Formats: sequence, C-alpha cells, structure tokens
Amino acid sequence: MTNTLADAARITEEAKQADAQGDSHKKALGEDFRTVGRIRVDKPRMRCTEVNVFYGQNHAIKGVSLDIGANEVIAMIGPSGCGKSTFLRSLNRMNDTIEGCRIEGEILLDDQDIYDKKLDVVPLRARVGMVFQKPNPFPKSIYENIAYGPRIHGIAATRTALDEIVETSLRKAGLWEEVKDRLDKPGTGLSGGQQQRLCIARAIAVAPEVILMDEPCSALDPIATAKVEELIDELRANYTIAIVTHSMQQAARVSQRTAYFHLGNLVEVGNTTQIFTNPRHKLTEDYITGRFG
Amino acid sequence: MQSSVLLLLLIGLMALAYQMGRRRSVRLVGGYGKVRELNSLPSYYGAYAAMWAGIPALLVYGLWLAIQGNVVSHWLVAELPPEIQQLPKAELALVVNDIKNLAAGSILSGHPEPYMQVAADHLHSLRQTGQAALAVVVLSLGIAGLVLARQTIRKDMRARTRVEQVIKVLLIISSTIAIFTTIGIVLSVLFESIRFFQAIPISDFLFGLQWSPQTAIRADQVGSSGAFGAVPLFAGTLLISGIAMFVAVPIGLMSAIYLSEYAGPKLRAMAKPTLEVLAGIPTVVYGFFAALTVAPFIRDSGALIGLDVSSESALAAGLVIGIMIIPFVSSLSDDVINAVPQAMRDGSYALGATRSETVRRVIIPAALPGIVGGVLLAVSRAIGETMIVVMAAGLTANLTANPLESVTTVTVQIVTLLVGDQEFDSPKTLAAFALGLMLFVTTLVLNVVALHVVRKYREQYE
Amino acid sequence: MQAVQASLKRRYAAERRFRFLGLSAVVLGLVFVAILFVTIISNGYTAFTQTHIALDIHFDPQQIAPNGDTSPAALSKGNYAALVKQALREEFPEVTGRNDKRQLYRLMSSGAAFDLLNRVKADPSIIGTTQRLWLVADDDVDMLVKGHFDRDLPESDRRVKNETIAWVDKLATEGRVKQQFNTAFFTHGDSREPELAGIGGAVAGSFYMLLVTVALSFPIGVAAAIYLEEFAPTNRWTDLIEVNINNLAAVPSIVFGLLGLAVFINFFGLPRSAPLVGGLVLTLMTLPTIIIASRAALKSVPPSIREAALGIGASKTQMVFHHVLPLAMPGMLTGTIIGMAQALGESAPLLMIGMVAFIVDIPGGPTDPATALPVQIFLWADSPERGFVERTSAAIMVLLAFLISMNALAVYLRKKFERRW
Repeated sequence: MTNTLADAARITEEAKQADAQGDSHKKALGEDFRTVGRIRVDKPRMRCTEVNVFYGQNHAIKGVSLDIGANEVIAMIGPSGCGKSTFLRSLNRMNDTIEGCRIEGEILLDDQDIYDKKLDVVPLRARVGMVFQKPNPFPKSIYENIAYGPRIHGIAATRTALDEIVETSLRKAGLWEEVKDRLDKPGTGLSGGQQQRLCIARAIAVAPEVILMDEPCSALDPIATAKVEELIDELRANYTIAIVTHSMQQAARVSQRTAYFHLGNLVEVGNTTQIFTNPRHKLTEDYITGRFG
Repeated sequence: MQSSVLLLLLIGLMALAYQMGRRRSVRLVGGYGKVRELNSLPSYYGAYAAMWAGIPALLVYGLWLAIQGNVVSHWLVAELPPEIQQLPKAELALVVNDIKNLAAGSILSGHPEPYMQVAADHLHSLRQTGQAALAVVVLSLGIAGLVLARQTIRKDMRARTRVEQVIKVLLIISSTIAIFTTIGIVLSVLFESIRFFQAIPISDFLFGLQWSPQTAIRADQVGSSGAFGAVPLFAGTLLISGIAMFVAVPIGLMSAIYLSEYAGPKLRAMAKPTLEVLAGIPTVVYGFFAALTVAPFIRDSGALIGLDVSSESALAAGLVIGIMIIPFVSSLSDDVINAVPQAMRDGSYALGATRSETVRRVIIPAALPGIVGGVLLAVSRAIGETMIVVMAAGLTANLTANPLESVTTVTVQIVTLLVGDQEFDSPKTLAAFALGLMLFVTTLVLNVVALHVVRKYREQYE
Repeated sequence: MQAVQASLKRRYAAERRFRFLGLSAVVLGLVFVAILFVTIISNGYTAFTQTHIALDIHFDPQQIAPNGDTSPAALSKGNYAALVKQALREEFPEVTGRNDKRQLYRLMSSGAAFDLLNRVKADPSIIGTTQRLWLVADDDVDMLVKGHFDRDLPESDRRVKNETIAWVDKLATEGRVKQQFNTAFFTHGDSREPELAGIGGAVAGSFYMLLVTVALSFPIGVAAAIYLEEFAPTNRWTDLIEVNINNLAAVPSIVFGLLGLAVFINFFGLPRSAPLVGGLVLTLMTLPTIIIASRAALKSVPPSIREAALGIGASKTQMVFHHVLPLAMPGMLTGTIIGMAQALGESAPLLMIGMVAFIVDIPGGPTDPATALPVQIFLWADSPERGFVERTSAAIMVLLAFLISMNALAVYLRKKFERRW
C-alpha cells in the first residue's frame, strides 16, 4: 500500500506547493466561485456534477461540474497541483487505489453513476481506458501487452479473433508497421515513443468509449510527441478523449475544448481557440500568457 | 478409505466442478462467441463451482484431522473396563498407547492383557468406521456444493467478485497465522507455567538459589529434593551471554567500521560474504566445534599456566556464541553506519579531522542508537542460543561468576528436562515451560525495545 | 598552527592504532571462519572412505542352509557371523585362547555378516564355494589404519591392543587391507557401530521435513505478504501484524519447539518424532523470513505496472496475480530458499518434539519416526567413540554442502533476475 500512499503524499505535496505559489491568486476564487464558460454540451459522454475530491484533510477538487462530449478531445490544463490529474483519475475511479481518498458529487457515464455502490469498477475501467504519464508496458511480449486486456474481459473467443484485435489495435496506434515482425519481443525493449503508443494500443484493445490520457507526452521527445498527437487526432473519430497536459501548444493542437484548472477549481472552460485567443477569466489569461505556472 | 485416496477424489471432484461451471456459463449465453454477455469470464464460473465443491468438504476434513486423535482416544477409554478407567491419568495414557500399538500391529514389550486385545480390535473398527463416515460426509458435501453451485450460476452472477472475495479471505487468514503463532506460543508456555507455579511457588522459582529438578518418584528416595530456584540458571545465562557479547561486540563493530570506512572495494567484496558465512553455519556445528576444539584448547592452555579450567567452562561456550554472533553485530552495525549521512562525514573531514577521529567523534555518536539496538538484538540471540550451550556448557547449576567454571543456562535446562522419557504432568517437565516463559518474555522485551530503537533511528535519517 | 603541528604526530599514531584495531577485527573474523572449516574438514574427510579387509569366506551350507532350503526367509536365519569367525580363525590359526579369539573376531564389523547374507540372497549358488571378499572392518581397526590412534602410547592407554595391531599389520603387508569409498555412510540409517552408521535416514528425515515446510510456508508466506503489501489498509490491526512478524523473526528457536510440543503433539495428538511435526514447527519459524522477503520483493515492483493493469480494467486480484506476483517471484523464491536453508540447519526445536530418538530405519514418509541431519550431528557428537568424531565432521560437511549450495542458488537467482526499474 505504500506506493499509493506515496502517490497520495506526492499529490498533496504538489498541491501544497501550488498553494504557497498561488497565494496571490487565492482572492480571485471565493467559496461560491462559479466556472466561467459553457460546462455543458449537447451530446455528453460523461457528465460530472459538483465533484469534490478529498485526500484526507486536503480538499483537492472543489465542486467541479463539466461535460465531456462524445467524440471530442478535451484538454485539461493548469499549473502543477491544480487538480487536473486528480480530476482525470476520478473519471475511471483510479483514485480508489489511493488510501484516504474520498469523492463526493456525481459522475455519469452514459447516464450511469460510476460511483454507484453497486457498480463494479472493472467493467467501468474497460469502458474508460487510461494512458499514463510514463509509458508503462508490462514486462511481457508486445503481443501479450495488447492481448492481456481482451483476455481478462473475454472479448476474443478464439485465437484468431485475438490476433485480429492485436493487429487492429496496433494499426490504430500507428505502431503495426514498426513492430509486426517482433510481436514476441518484450514491450519494454521499444523506444519511449513506441512504448507510449503501445500503451495507447493496449488501451484501445479493450474497445473503450473514453480514453483518459495523463500527460501522455511528458516523457517523450518532440518527434515521438508529434506522432502521438497525430494519433490522438485520428482516434477522435471513434473515441472520446480527455487529455491532461502541461504544454499549452499541445492543448491547442489536439483539443476541441479546453478546461483550465486552478487550485482545485475549474476556472474556465470553452472552445480551445477561444480559451487561447480570448480567455475570459483573469487567471486563465495570466496562465496562458505565462505569468505563472 | 485411505485419506490420500479421499483427497485425490476430492481434487477430482473440484476439477469436475470447474469444468461444469465453465461449460454451464458458456451454455447460458449460447456459445463462446457471446462470452462478453457474461458478467465474468467462464473460468471464474468454473473456479466458483470448484470452490463450492472443495472448500466446505476440505474444512470438515481438516476439522476431523485436528480432533480425530483426541476423539478416538476418548471413545476408546469409555469402552475400557471400569477398573482401568479408574487408573491415574499417566498410567491410563500408557495403557491407551499400548492399545494403539497393538492395533497398529507392532510388538509390545509384555504380553497383552485380554481386555487390551478387545480394545485394540474395538479401536481398529472405530477407526475404520470413522474413516468411512468421513469419506461419506466429505464426498457428499463436495457433491452438494457442486450441485448448489450449478443451481446458482446465472448470466449476471458476479462470479469473479465472489472468487476474488474468497481469495482475499484466504490471504487474510494467511496473514493472521503470524498472530496465531504468537498467541500459540504465549498460551502453550503460559498454561503449563501456571500449572507449574501451582506446584512450586513463583517466588521460589524466581529467587531460589538452588536448582536440582530431580523429583522423587518414590517418597522415600534419597537426593530428590526437587529444588526449582532458577537464579543459578539466570546467572549462568547472563555469564555466557556476557562473554559472548564481550567477544562479538568489539570484533563485529570494529570490522563493520573497518569495512565501511577504511577497506578498499576488493577487501570488502571478499571479507563481507566470508564473514556472513559465519551467520549461515548451523548452531549445531558451532556446538560441535566448541565441544571438540575450543573447550579442550581452553582447558589445556589453562593447565599450562596452572589454572584449573572445567572442560565445560562457560568461557568456551560464550566464546563460540560470540563467534557466531559476530556477523550479526557487524551487518547490523554496517547498516546503521551507512545510514549516517555523508554530509556529517564531510563536515568532520573539512575541519581537518582524521578518519578515526571522524569515526569516533561523529559517526559512532550519530549511529549510537542504531548500534545499541543491534547489540540488544544480539543479546537476545545469545540468550536464546541453545545448541552451543547444550553441547559445550554444563548441566549442573553452579552459582558463580568465574568463567572458567562450568555453568548451565535456561535453554540447556529446557532441553534436558524435555528430551528423553518424560511424564507430562510432573513439575520437572512443567518447569521447562516456566523457563520457556522466562526466555520468551525476556527476548520479547529485548526485541521490542531493540526494533523500536532501530526504527526510530532509521526514521531520523530518512 | 603551532598547536596543530604539535599534536599531529600523536593524532596520526592514534589513527594508525585505530586502523590496526579494525583490520585485526576483520582478520580475526576471517581466521575464525578458517579455523572452523579446517577443524571440520581435517577431522571429517577420512570418513568418506572405510577400511575393508579381504577374507576367504567359505559359504558353509551347514551354517546357512542346513536343509537345502534357499528361500530368502530360510536364508535369513543362517549364521553368517560364524562364517566370518571361521575365516578369521583359519587366517590366524595361532590364536587359541578364548579371550584372544574374541579379540580377533572384533577385527571385523558386525555389518560383515549382513553383507554376506545379502550376497547369498542375491545369488544362492555361491553356497558351498569359498571366495575372497572385501568386508567392512571394525571402527577401531578403521581408526587404526587411518592413523587416528597413536601406536607409541603404552598399550593400556590405547583402545587397540598390541595383538590387534600385529594382525592388522600382517593383513596389510599381504595387501588385504584397503580403503573403499564409504557408500554406507550415505545410504545407511543410524547405528551404534560407527562403521555402520550413515546419514541416509537423517537426510531422508530432513528431506520430508523440508518438503512439509516448503509446501506450507511458501504459499502461506507469499499469501500473507500479498495481503499486507497489496490489500491491507494501514490501521492498528495491520501494524500489529507487522510488529508481530518482526518479533517472531527474533524469537529463540527453542521456544518454537515448546510450541510444537504443547500444541501439535500434546493438543492435536500428532505423532512424536515425525518429520510432519518438525515441518510444521519449522514452517512457523521460517514464515517471518519468507513474509519479510516477499514483501520486499513486492515493494520493488514499480507502481506504474499496477496502474497499467488497473487502467485497462484488471481487478485488483488480477493485477496482483497476473502482473505483480510474477515480477516479484524471483525475490520471493530467494527469500524462501534462504528460509529453507535456515530450517535445514535448525535443530533446537526438533529436540523438543522428540526427533532425537535413535532411529535405525530410513523413514518412508512424513509420519514415520525420523531424525534430521543436524540432530544426527548432535547425537553423534555426544558419542565417545573416535569413529563418531570422524562421522560427525563428515555429516557436518554434507550439511554445509547443502547449505552452501542453497545459498549459492539464492544468490544466483537474485543476480539473474535482478531488475532495475
């Protein structure tokens, strides 16, 4: 359990640092602060209402309401410790693994409350996949990396069906041509960018509806980043994607909507072009123009 | 029915249940292609069915194994002639033992009495009935479980969750075994000790200066005072442990300091594993070494300078225990010395201190709590060490501080009192448990304090 | 500056003294290791050979098959010791006195007769023939030939008399005394006669005991570690378990023996002297070692692997059993092997549960009465005969060989599968 504890400690630590750093901005957000911009969309895939997340005493997410529309890429930006990763992790209940983490409010996935006590998190996570900051392939073969998810979810009935899933997932992730001759080689032997695309392929293989990406390019070089960004754009046709990023250029390049988080509050949300060209909240503007962050 | 056959049958039943559960779940949704409609993978339904078939049956089986011996003996005694039942407990136990041997077909020392033959036959039939009944119960429980599982398998049943819950319960049970071990130790030594203290007042035991545990079998026997004053044992244990620490602490600590502060990588790579070999050698080997080589050597060299040294001297045993503990002290000290931050060393060197000054004035004071903790653990080791003292120390309880004389220790007495033929209820055997209680409490306190000190020390530099 | 210069010489002297002390501590430690090994090996290596004497044995039908019945049961009743005695009498016809004859017969081990019995059983056609056979000599002869007795001592201080020395020397000059590899040492059970005593029974006992121990302690230890590391919430209960495990690891082994005696033997009525009970006691003893090592192995698996598995919808149990456990397995195995090595060398708790009995038969299963290798060493170390000193040392060499190879395997596993994340 120490890992998750350490996680929690790290996250709270980041939040504290941000607290100290953002003291001057605190006044801007009162208790009854309301998000600027349109939080609701016409065709929502996920709908979050008044979500609060606590790590022990620490109030990490403060009353966030936000829609994630079907087949859109939504970017979540903000300074370190603003809660964007925490918010993302609460969308597929990855926060369950952190001890002392408590969540209030309602998150619906296709009108189903994902925090319903009776709901099983396993099929939920099959529907809402996740790609992490650091590429984390299993220390198994490339094939096994992709095949693992379909196997545990019983998606493929036969070996040929499984082969097919592996191939299509790798193709969708744009990795097939590079690895088709060495599917039995360990996934950990790939380059960083390839590993991250392998992780994306692994997430796609279980046919999720939503893919959450937590700073997927932060450990990659610019060329690999470009490839992954290209991939995200292509995936939009079939999936809904929520991406947390530190790079504002990346947010501008890949997303249709952007949400700006600050100290656990969702400050502003809107079309990406609008956010970057014409931010309405002072904090958003300060962040975009690089006054802090 | 043989128990191994029964177990194999049960395993077979579980395999059958697994197959059945799998197939049934697939059939419920109509073929492998639609497995996704199931709540869990088919193999989980299989595992679910196998659990129902296996676990209740295994529980009953285990319970029977645990109580069988006592229950059968009880039934057996109930069937014996009344005058035999009236016998004192110890003799009755002997009779029961004889009957068991007779039933097992082994030869008895004397000629079996007729009632024994009858009882042995009875015992034989009892055991057979027991085995048969057990087989019937276990197998029908297994089949019942299988049928029940088959009934409950539904398309939307959460088989995976249930299987995982059972796995988690098994994991929790495993983790509590450590607790039960401690409880078992405490209860087993405590109960027997209480019975001992009913016979011998606790103050006599703790403060008595006389130890001679030979109790009289007949009341008029000579030289059977049965004195249970444990002070000479405590003193002997302390003396031997003291000698051991006198050897182990300086050598262990100094070699740890030398290896971590002075030695080059080559010497370190060679010397550390070699010293650790000492830790891996079984204590019985040290005991043999002490008795064969060290004790005669000390006796002979004592004779050379005109000293009268016992051939079972406390010195020999203590010395060898000390050698055994050297790697223990040195690896613990090594850990704590390495935990001292480099910055402290740098600070001292920057003032122009030599290495030895840095070690003595900075590193050792900083590492002191950790070293003390390690030494306490080593003391607890020395006190609890058994084989070396059994083989190299004496049996007679002398109250002396002279390391050249023979002394005895708590562990030696536990072994001598419990090895060999024993009547279970005599104060003599019970005394061993009272000594065990003392040993357990002492080492427990030492360990708790030492582990606490070491942990506090580690936290300080983390 | 003056003051510093003045004290410098003294300080450097102190430095040298300190350094010398440290070095001598290390050297002393190494010397102890060396002395220990030299003592054991120099005492024990001769036990791997055994003195045999060639005798002309006449398989007299009168003695072994008086009525021509050669079924194994009838053959077993034959008087084979008489054959050996007869051969000795014919070899040394000058020996006549009763006491002298008895002394002469003591040249050969009582095991020689068993040897003859087995030969006849294997091939009854040798009955009636005379053959020159190499037979096991008595332990005193063995010791004499190996030079462990000082011939210069006055006869009254020696275990062997002048006549015996003369007989052995005569046989030796005829080339009828030789050292053979001592297979009996590895295959026989215990015996009162050093030349017939072997570690076979003890090794089998240790084997069954370790079998029970590993079958119980590995799954239980791993399961406990998994629960504590992966599932357990941090609360007082798990804290208690943790402190408890650390303490158990430091409880004297003899206390576990008391537990075994009180619980397994007296309460549950399991058989005394059985490897099963020994295995149970050693299980409880090694569990802390295995749990602590397994937890460390689990801790070293990076959290990113866990997240990856959870992220694509593996349940926690699947995450642990499909990903974390296989990665932690080498570390767990290493810990288990080290625990088993500890258990193999342990003897004190086994004394408590009656595994010190004198047992000749080689146990055939975990419930047969048996002893263990370290306990056998303990038993032999107590025997006064010079022949047992040799055998004790040899048994220690065998035990150490097992332990060293187990530890080497553990080191190899650790090196091979060590992974840096």
